Amino acid sequence: MHMPLEDNLGLNLLAANQHRAEHNRAHFDAWNLLCLNVMSSPGAGKTSLLERSLAALSSRWSMAVLEGDMTTQLDARRLEALGIPVVPITTGRACHLDAAMVSGGLKLLRQQLDPAELDVLWVENVGNLVCPAEFAVGEHRKVALLSVTEGDDKPLKYPVMFREADCVLITKVDLLPHLPVDVERIEDHIRQVNPRTAVFRLSASSGEGFEAWHGWLVDQLSAVRSTPTLVSA
Amino acid sequence: MHEVDMTRCLLLSMNEWKQQHAPRVPRVDRVHLQVGTFTCVEPDQLVLTWADAVRGSWLEGAELVIEPVQLIGRCLRCQATYSPDPESGYRSPCCRHPMEEIVSGRELRIRSVAYSCPSPIPVG
Repeated sequence: MHMPLEDNLGLNLLAANQHRAEHNRAHFDAWNLLCLNVMSSPGAGKTSLLERSLAALSSRWSMAVLEGDMTTQLDARRLEALGIPVVPITTGRACHLDAAMVSGGLKLLRQQLDPAELDVLWVENVGNLVCPAEFAVGEHRKVALLSVTEGDDKPLKYPVMFREADCVLITKVDLLPHLPVDVERIEDHIRQVNPRTAVFRLSASSGEGFEAWHGWLVDQLSAVRSTPTLVSA
Repeated sequence: MHEVDMTRCLLLSMNEWKQQHAPRVPRVDRVHLQVGTFTCVEPDQLVLTWADAVRGSWLEGAELVIEPVQLIGRCLRCQATYSPDPESGYRSPCCRHPMEEIVSGRELRIRSVAYSCPSPIPVG
């Protein structure tokens, strides 16, 4: 005989990923570095952003990149050309990085260097404006990119990504003179879903906006390093 | 593809839950999931993915019931709650204030599991 029963779980569906992300975060805190999760749709300019920022900041900070891609290591090779340690993470069928994948990337990174010597660890996520927003990897800050060629409606169509972002970079602004796009309308749509996020306009081609963006990074590293760490890795 | 990963997360949690009943394997009739409308999950797709994923497993035949949870924001200017319409934006209709606080709609939660176990049920 079987008796009908019901368990009230109230369990977060993503609890397992969250636990792994917290474990990664404990490592980042123990290493005293700033970890950034960089997300956008394919082609919004994540790798170009990293190329420009890594080149500009490498004399000041020690940095490394965990490079997520579904099938190739093309982006990883572009960044390796800058002389920065890069660990490619090929996700296969998965359209985003999760905390376990980043944990695996960290193990490979530790074979190359001591992460405690790093100032900034970049995680370049898989190009996708939907899924990466839901899967924490242990990052201190989420950075979302939106290129002006994608149109001003994307923050309303994909609001979770922009809600989750601590910083939104509007990229490829050098193309604005050639496009029927209102950048102020893009900013308004971003702020509707997330009034607290930082927003910068950038062009990786011309360098416009990078000074302000790098200033934000300086503030974040300073904030992370001034936060007491309670858990050691 | 996203729903495949969500289903994997769900199966992971269900397998952990099953361990609590070991060595017996509960027969699960229903898994009740709360899914907020302000998440990246499409409920219909998740149900289809679930049906595929549990076929041939200990969860075969278990129904996945999804309770949608509406996005509700709170206007921090006048404290009124509202349900944003993505077609017209996320500002509060009362004060045109941005959506600062989300009251509900971000849920991705396994609410309950309906099941049966061979009796007698162990006590304690």
